[in-house]
Amino acid sequence: MLTSSLLFIPSLHDFLFSLLPPGLAKGAEMVLVGIIYLTIFAVAGLFLVLLERKVAARFQLRLGPNRVGYGGSMQTLADALKLLSKELTGTVRADKFLFNLAPYFVIITALMALAVLPFSQSMQVFDINIGLFFLIALSSVGVIGILLAGWGSNNKYAMIGAMRSGVQTISYELSVGLSLVTMVLLAGSLQLSQIVEVQKSGWLIVQGHIPALIAFMIFMIAGTAETNRAPFDLVEAESELGAGFHTEYSGMKFAYFFLAEFINMFIIAAIAVIVFFGAWLSPFGITESLPWLGVFWFLGKTFLVVLLMMWFRWTFPRLRVDQLLTLEWKYLLPLNLANLVLMAVTVWLNLTIQF
Amino acid sequence: METATIAPPIKSEEYFINMGPQHPATHGVLRLLLTLDGEIIKKVEPDLGYIHRSIEKMCERNSYQQIIHLTDRLDYLSSHINNEAVCLAVEAALGVEVPERVKVVRTILDELIRISSHCLWWGVMGMDLGALTSYFYAFRDREMINDIFEETCGARLTMNYNVPGGLMHDIHPNFVARTREFLAHFKTKLPEYDRLLTDNVIFQKRTKGVGVLSRQDAIAFGASGPVGRASGYSCDVRVHHPYSALPKVTFKEALRTEGDSFARYQVRIQEMWESVAIIEQLIDAIPEGPHQVATDAVIKLPKGEFYQKVETARGELGVFIISTGTKNPYRLKFRSPGFSNLSLLNHIAVGGKIGDLVATMATLDLVIPDIDR
Repeated sequence: MLTSSLLFIPSLHDFLFSLLPPGLAKGAEMVLVGIIYLTIFAVAGLFLVLLERKVAARFQLRLGPNRVGYGGSMQTLADALKLLSKELTGTVRADKFLFNLAPYFVIITALMALAVLPFSQSMQVFDINIGLFFLIALSSVGVIGILLAGWGSNNKYAMIGAMRSGVQTISYELSVGLSLVTMVLLAGSLQLSQIVEVQKSGWLIVQGHIPALIAFMIFMIAGTAETNRAPFDLVEAESELGAGFHTEYSGMKFAYFFLAEFINMFIIAAIAVIVFFGAWLSPFGITESLPWLGVFWFLGKTFLVVLLMMWFRWTFPRLRVDQLLTLEWKYLLPLNLANLVLMAVTVWLNLTIQF
Repeated sequence: METATIAPPIKSEEYFINMGPQHPATHGVLRLLLTLDGEIIKKVEPDLGYIHRSIEKMCERNSYQQIIHLTDRLDYLSSHINNEAVCLAVEAALGVEVPERVKVVRTILDELIRISSHCLWWGVMGMDLGALTSYFYAFRDREMINDIFEETCGARLTMNYNVPGGLMHDIHPNFVARTREFLAHFKTKLPEYDRLLTDNVIFQKRTKGVGVLSRQDAIAFGASGPVGRASGYSCDVRVHHPYSALPKVTFKEALRTEGDSFARYQVRIQEMWESVAIIEQLIDAIPEGPHQVATDAVIKLPKGEFYQKVETARGELGVFIISTGTKNPYRLKFRSPGFSNLSLLNHIAVGGKIGDLVATMATLDLVIPDIDR
């Protein structure tokens, strides 16, 4: 059933295939695309960290980083260099293998999710027909890394953080999945390019009006919880657990957790944009004649959603662990199921808004 | 016949965890020995002594003027009030009547430092509950108070402005104008505090019904200050035993009956409003006159026992001096509010979650050097 294709920039594809024999061209293309995506990943991560710090500063009557580079723009690069040069410490009697494995689990799942995102019409590495399912599946693999980190650290604070993470991710997975299933009912496909295609006659949040709006709100709450960000940052819970599951990590291993958090935030925002706000489509098709602008539309919308998540973080206090579960199982899940039925009825009776 | 074996029930075990002395939520070097069952707290045992500096012993070999400088280091967020407690005790023992100007300025500074202390508490309270932004809002306003202190006393935290017999210097010419400016500013910012934290639904869920202390227990544990008043125990020294210029002003004692963390929070917010009201009544009419009455260079207290209590931002601070007629006290004992307030932590935190413990500790508003001395 899997149909995969490397759609990344057709001209590059054609160029490579005209130059090299097909097998070699395919290999070269894979390596090239891999390098490009790794670069995007690193740059996006660093940029998001800087953005977060600047946004937080604006919320908190501060200036934020403003010394390194123009207006502090090189600050996160400097931080990354600092982290690279730091000693990698560990604890005695820790499970060394799992301890070292954990950061890679977290970072690799975050990186894999990037592959299916449709940045523009022609810029998508891996357009599988179960794209959305793939994204949800990946987001649950990341939690294994966090559990391993907590277990391998030989630290009770890290362990409590990791157990909280397990509970939280398993619970909120349901809401993320169900709110996306609600939208899949409307879009009629799991393939991301298809979902975008459907939205040429209006973004899904407009097409689906009330149930779509409810689904979006649930998705944003559950998505924030999935990425372990405030107000759902019980996993780290600075004032309760020190640094939670990554208490014992230093240097680049810590940086992996840190970067993964921001990339995950980007991915959740990107999913929201793909499913609700038309991905790379411009509003009312104003730049339809210039398809290369799609990347900018996609990134622009994504960063707006990211800003929304940052706004959450710098405004709300943290929930308690039992309140977190109450919210999911007693409120979000029933609401989600009712919303699913509402969406089914809406689609069945053809009450959607089409342009 | 084979019998079916029943799997034993999953065994859970209580475990022990060290919270502190280096922990973000203990605000200093307090060490809590927690016994936990999963997330649920079974026992909290405070372990003190990490910042013990023998202040009471040091007092015994210092002159009364020098003792005042040590009191800054008790509850450093109410340093001026601590200074005043010793000064009042010494003045009462000597039978010195300080000028009206001194009394008014002392009370104004008392209330300013109370606002400053509560501001810091409010910011840190938000931080403990995971809302970092409140910290910066509070520090913006606290900064203005610190600037007033800096101009008036030369110090921002450890003030040492009081001396037996009055004030070290007269107030700065800008003092009145800047205090008025601060009051006008702060009255527009206090409602902002409510909008950011008090009205937040997550905040209310985290604090309501958490760490409930009954009135009876509050009295039994010797709770004072906002902790006692949130449980309906009217214990404000400023109301019951007014000192300095307090008899001249009218204000309402902040009282709640719920006794939970949210009540303690509300009491402090209301106290900030009351402090603003007290300063407003005094700032426009600071009497003219000397800022000090002359005392001997070497103060010798008459033989006897002297006690003075004041209301710091955390509660009742008592100073008990036993004098044998020499230039040093024979024994000096501080009754610090933080110590009694900490003693009830185990009583109210057991049964809650780790998050509840953090919220409860935040509303007890502990300052560790005040507990350890």
